[in-house]
Amino acid sequence: MEPIKTREEKELRDNSFRAVCRRLFRENKPAAFSAILICLMILAAILAPVITPYSYEEIIDPLNRLAAPSLQHPLGTDEIGRDVLTRLLYGARISLLVGIVPTLISMAAGAALGILAGYMGGKVDTVIMRLADVMLAFPSMLLAMVIMYTLGDGIINIFLALALVNWASVARIVRAETLKLRETEYVEAARSIGVGSLKIMCRHILPNCLPSLIVLFTLNIPSAILSESSLSFLGLGIQKPMASWGLMVNTGRQYLYTNPWLSLAPSLAIMVVVLAFNFLGDGLRDILDPHLKKQ
Amino acid sequence: MEKATLQVKNLSTSFFTERGEIKAVNDVSFTVPRRSIVGIVGESGCGKSMTARSIMGLVKYPGRIVAGSIDLEGKELTALSPRDMSVVRGEEISMIFQEPMTSLNPVMKVGHQVREAVLLHRKVSRKEAKNKVLRIFEEVGISEPEKRYNSYPHELSGGLRQRVMIAMAMVCRPKLLIADEPTTALDVTVEAQILELMKKLRDEVDTSIILISHNLGVIAEVCDYVHVMYAGRIVESGETFELFDNPRHPYTKGLMSAVNSLALRQPSLETIPGTVPNLLDVKEGCSFAPRCRHCNQRCITETPALSELSAGHNVRCHLVREV
Repeated sequence: MEPIKTREEKELRDNSFRAVCRRLFRENKPAAFSAILICLMILAAILAPVITPYSYEEIIDPLNRLAAPSLQHPLGTDEIGRDVLTRLLYGARISLLVGIVPTLISMAAGAALGILAGYMGGKVDTVIMRLADVMLAFPSMLLAMVIMYTLGDGIINIFLALALVNWASVARIVRAETLKLRETEYVEAARSIGVGSLKIMCRHILPNCLPSLIVLFTLNIPSAILSESSLSFLGLGIQKPMASWGLMVNTGRQYLYTNPWLSLAPSLAIMVVVLAFNFLGDGLRDILDPHLKKQ
Repeated sequence: MEKATLQVKNLSTSFFTERGEIKAVNDVSFTVPRRSIVGIVGESGCGKSMTARSIMGLVKYPGRIVAGSIDLEGKELTALSPRDMSVVRGEEISMIFQEPMTSLNPVMKVGHQVREAVLLHRKVSRKEAKNKVLRIFEEVGISEPEKRYNSYPHELSGGLRQRVMIAMAMVCRPKLLIADEPTTALDVTVEAQILELMKKLRDEVDTSIILISHNLGVIAEVCDYVHVMYAGRIVESGETFELFDNPRHPYTKGLMSAVNSLALRQPSLETIPGTVPNLLDVKEGCSFAPRCRHCNQRCITETPALSELSAGHNVRCHLVREV
């Protein structure tokens, strides 16, 4: 009775955390490397006060402004004498937080609305999806700017603005997935034993959307980080003296010819994080999406 | 006479599409006596699955039940609200499906899926529910129930999955089980085991069963009564032995002769010419007329009624006394 399966086949269907990690390391080295890099970044951001002796907002060395990189200040100092590496580490807190929190909010909202629209159909579907269409019709950067302008700056408002901009695309993808899952026989079977709509959405459809959601999550984080950078660069996001990578690029812009490290260091940081998340997302998609398996 | 478990009267289910009304189930009446297995046979698209879905209250938009009554031991199912109906589903009637491969949620342990049914309909703790699941697993012949409880569907074979499906459907001891082609996707040895299991459940749990199949062999094996459906209508019905020994409708005869038999050593397989008619344009007249070799003028202009030949044996054909 037991079907014969090779070890490999069994592993391909196993989507537990450990199995995914194992496959990631074996099949996709860049993605695995990215995952490690991201973990290190998060660790560095959390441990910033331990790593660096300086403060990110107090002027520590007024006589030593715009200093070139040295042993004392590995990435030099900025225009008012603050250590750039310190600001980069503290900036990572904001940038990573802004990458993760609004993405989580928009994923949660998008998934809930997408499943609701896909499963209920009819008027509910029409209302939710037309709303999503309206959101998608605006250029997202412009919309975020308008929201920030009306709400005022501050990190909570950045979370809100970015979440509001991103939920629609998530809802669309989840809705499409739901439309497919709704017709499966196991949903029908669940209904035939009397499971209600809400339970079907939560226990049968949502868990089956998770692989797509995880991939979407890692692919949306870099765009959120970039959006925050752009907003801060334009002066609508994080305000001085707080540090964020976008803000640092912006202030360093005036000294680009004389003291390029001021802009280059945060720019490189943004690039590395965004690339790492993209690699990780791609790798996860290859592993979690059954249609792309074994090609 | 004992009271029937289920009485379906003049049931009609239609789909309202842009191109018009599709009468998937057309004026179907039948009875499921207590502790009996009733078979519904027919080609693909003849409305047998839609009949099952109508009884379950699972007809999808744009389809709906347009007429008729479904009486489950005195309870009129067509009059129930969706909420009340979902209480009846699983508790009093339940269903198993054709594809055991896709009928179980791939990311849920099978034990939890069956337990879901218990928790929905019985006020018991999770632990008691689990015990109930383990007991039903044993009853439906799943070896090592404790181990299987924590298995995911992809770790089980087709036969085991169908057993899990049956466990899920039977765990609340419903009065009626609808099996929609339960063995079509399984190989013959497993098929025999599953049919045996269904007979055993009927005897031990006191559940009536509606068995839907296009396989006459399966029907002959387990059913007490048979209804032959064609183009949304019942064209012949009767007790299994009577119907198989003495088929009267040309369609039933055609089906019987299309069964492959090693014993007869036929040189080639008999077929019924033509295909199932498009249910969009149901005209007056016998729906089988275009494919019937005995068809005459009356068959084309006048829809035949079900006429009783002998006790319980009904045929929908004008020419039944001549052919």
